[in-house]
Amino acid sequence: MRVALFLTCVNDTLYPDTGRAVVKLLTRLGVEVDFPMAQTCCGQAHYNTGYRHETEPLARHFSDVFADYEAIVTPSGSCGAMVRELYPRMGERARAEGRGDSLAATLERVVPKTYELTEFLVDVLGVTDVGACYPHRVTYHPTCHGLRSLGLGDRPRRLLEAVKGLELVELPGAEECCGFGGTFALKNADVSAAMGTDKVRNAESTGAEVLCAADNSCLMHIGGTMTRLDSGMRPVHIAEILASTEEEPAA
Amino acid sequence: MSGTFVGMPAFPKAAHEAVGNQTLRGNLRHATHTIRAKRAKAVAEVSDWAALREAGKRIKDHTLRHLDRYLEQLEESVTAAGGTVHWAADAEEANRIVAQLVKETGESEVVKVKSMATQEIGLNEALEAEGIRAYETDLAELIVQLGKDRPSHILVPAIHRNRGEIRDIFEREMSEWGRPAPEGLTDTPAELAEAARLHLREKFLRAKVGISGANFMVAETGTLVVVESEGNGRMCLTLPETLISVVGIEKIVPTWRDLEVFLQTLPRSSTAERMNPYTSMWTGTTDGDGPQTFHLVLLDNGRTDTLADEVGRQALRCIRCSACLNVCPVYERAGGHAYGSVYPGPIGAILSPQLRGTASEIDASLPYASSLCGACYEVCPVAIDIPEVLVHLRERVVEGGQVVREGNKVVLQPAKGHAAERTAMRAARWAFTHPGALRTGQRLASRTRRLHPRTLPGPGRAWSDSRDLPAVPAEPFRDWWQRTNGGKGGAK
Amino acid sequence: MSSRERVLGRVRRALADVPKDDTPYEQVVPRDYLREHGERSVEETVNLLAENLADYRALVHRTTTDELPYLIMRLLAERGPQYVLVPPWLPPEWMSAADPTRVHDRAVSTPHELDKVDSVVTGCAVAIAETGTIVLDGSPDQGRRRITLVPDHHICVVRVPEQVVSSVPQALERLDPARPLTWISGPSATSDIELDRVEGVHGPRTLEVVLVSDQPSADVNS
Repeated sequence: MRVALFLTCVNDTLYPDTGRAVVKLLTRLGVEVDFPMAQTCCGQAHYNTGYRHETEPLARHFSDVFADYEAIVTPSGSCGAMVRELYPRMGERARAEGRGDSLAATLERVVPKTYELTEFLVDVLGVTDVGACYPHRVTYHPTCHGLRSLGLGDRPRRLLEAVKGLELVELPGAEECCGFGGTFALKNADVSAAMGTDKVRNAESTGAEVLCAADNSCLMHIGGTMTRLDSGMRPVHIAEILASTEEEPAA
Repeated sequence: MSGTFVGMPAFPKAAHEAVGNQTLRGNLRHATHTIRAKRAKAVAEVSDWAALREAGKRIKDHTLRHLDRYLEQLEESVTAAGGTVHWAADAEEANRIVAQLVKETGESEVVKVKSMATQEIGLNEALEAEGIRAYETDLAELIVQLGKDRPSHILVPAIHRNRGEIRDIFEREMSEWGRPAPEGLTDTPAELAEAARLHLREKFLRAKVGISGANFMVAETGTLVVVESEGNGRMCLTLPETLISVVGIEKIVPTWRDLEVFLQTLPRSSTAERMNPYTSMWTGTTDGDGPQTFHLVLLDNGRTDTLADEVGRQALRCIRCSACLNVCPVYERAGGHAYGSVYPGPIGAILSPQLRGTASEIDASLPYASSLCGACYEVCPVAIDIPEVLVHLRERVVEGGQVVREGNKVVLQPAKGHAAERTAMRAARWAFTHPGALRTGQRLASRTRRLHPRTLPGPGRAWSDSRDLPAVPAEPFRDWWQRTNGGKGGAK
Repeated sequence: MSSRERVLGRVRRALADVPKDDTPYEQVVPRDYLREHGERSVEETVNLLAENLADYRALVHRTTTDELPYLIMRLLAERGPQYVLVPPWLPPEWMSAADPTRVHDRAVSTPHELDKVDSVVTGCAVAIAETGTIVLDGSPDQGRRRITLVPDHHICVVRVPEQVVSSVPQALERLDPARPLTWISGPSATSDIELDRVEGVHGPRTLEVVLVSDQPSADVNS
């Protein structure tokens, strides 16, 4: 199966370890992974800040880059939701504005075959035990777009529960937003920081060493709050946990 | 109350103060978390919740789509049942109509059932200016009125007050308005409720004019419905000789049968009860029972402008349950006052900028008062996609475009405050459609990473004041991919 | 232009983008939600009513037609009220054993007069098991809305099983919208202090519901 990794601009620039983990994990599971070099950004930040028209060229570009692959896999709940939930909406809006079907038709090529990583593992590859080993106490934060837009449900949890050595502990208030919210983190910094602090305090109360999530944007916010609060915890992307093995443990 | 919201600062500024107020944070956290768990339980009891939610959505959408027809039908039914229907295009007209109707009775005081519509139009202040005193009779409204405060929640306007604060307000203020608080009043909720009962009873018993809103109006029968808990609604709806109900035009449902949906979804969503203690339904007037004169004032006040927006109109499905407020992490921390409107929380963030337009600083900031986490949409009993409307309104703020204001089409200019952001977004769009440019930027960031400060100047401080920045890696992923041939070329 | 025309004109212009749709209303809304939740025998439905009434702090009693007058007598005597209000056509035998002074509601009774009354005894139009609700519709055995509002103690008699339905949809089917309706679920309450429910504000603070049947049955909580 030939699969394109849509890493996202944030991961590409700031979290290459997550990208390497996805490649390692999928390769181990027998998937041929390609990273189309022309990929950039899905346009989520533009769209959610109100720049829908600026987003359209980015969405078209995305479609041009990825349309020919069998599946597109992304280690980001929010970018996955952008493509799956909001690209169709952009197409509809363009149609409603009398600009025809062209945008909708272009985006339709990528929408149904874009998967968030845990979805791809569980639904497409049909695995929950990916042969990982990660001997740490971990708590899991379900990020909002993964939880509510994509409906990831218990997929991440099932994957984590199958990881050797991993002790999964319940995060109080797990389903509450961490406060990142893209440009919200800047525009409403006080509320965002208050939400982040509460998330970190809840995470600390579990006694876990690691807070795991399937979206590095949220982890950037949570992690930045953790170090600022001198919390002993670390944020880790789920891909890095699933890629970790006894032979090649994660850092 | 709307008057007191004029000139409110933008949301982030108001929220800044609220976030720092530990008492307020504690009160809101306690109240919203209590109700959240209860709502989830009340909803889980009903196995067909999804079907009820979908039916509620469809009923409302259909009604809005044929609103003119149903308004005319409602007018006919109410008139046939002995009521008089008035139409008000805006707040000022509604206030004038109500003041005139009260004056015609010769009375100078009225008792009020909690009503969002009359708060929205600032009816109490308008009546005051005409020499008419309006007594709020809902417990929370009473707390707000006595405390010379502003409402901060749709269902529980005094949610920002804890029991101790309420006790103090009662003890200090009740004597100014009528019967004083009982001696030695403590802060137990039952005693506070008893104090309100005693204080208001004399007002109910002598009232000649009652003013209410309504939760639903049935076009087919002309029936109005008020859903409440305390019995103050029943008092105001049945004891006075004259009843004046001010109701937004979107509160219509077509048929009697439609109530079977909302009377199941509303109580469970709002107070997390199987059924609220009291629901009153009346159709015009009844000989010998209740008010013998009934006036219905149908209120537009921005609703038709909202209806004209094909994405935003779904906000008119709202049945004012407040479930979205109770689950909202932003509301929980910023408090209701920061929203600068009688409609706080997620629904307020999409309703106020539509009813009032986005011209003011506060209204232009409301669409951004959300992390788009989607918890509001998940609990909404009429499935209003609040995040979708928020993003749509953000677009209206930054891009401008055609909207309808007071029935007229106008073209909005993009908001001035967003010029720098707009430039940045355009630049980013350019870079993202030119992968080479993006790569150059990434490499530059990686090469200079040792020079990056831990805190940022300018607008970036909003981030680095409370959070550390992530370390920039030695090379972006794409360079690694190319250098190692996708990890196959030897590098680890 | 009148405001009526102005508002209706705005509505029509606002909907200009909406394609015409003349689908009959019955077909627009999927009514695939349940008519009632769960399957219950008649007896189970009555039990559920009693349970849900009690859950919201109504005092529930069960009795037979023959015993009803004595139960009402006892309930009134426990409160020791001097004045008991009765609607114009309350079945006279219900009160045949009660001692207190009966006050008949008259059209001229003022709210202040009603405020001097301690208790009120009425029938009801329908009772809803799933929500623990009784509905009054102003019939002659229930009287004007105000008489069940101003006194602090309300005894409501429900004939079981004939007046009991399972659900809200079933109750609406039985009710006449032209009548003034009051739905009552427990005594007056409020959630206005810290969003937690407290009983007892403006309406009757004690609600006693008597489930009366021709068949003897176990008393629920008295």
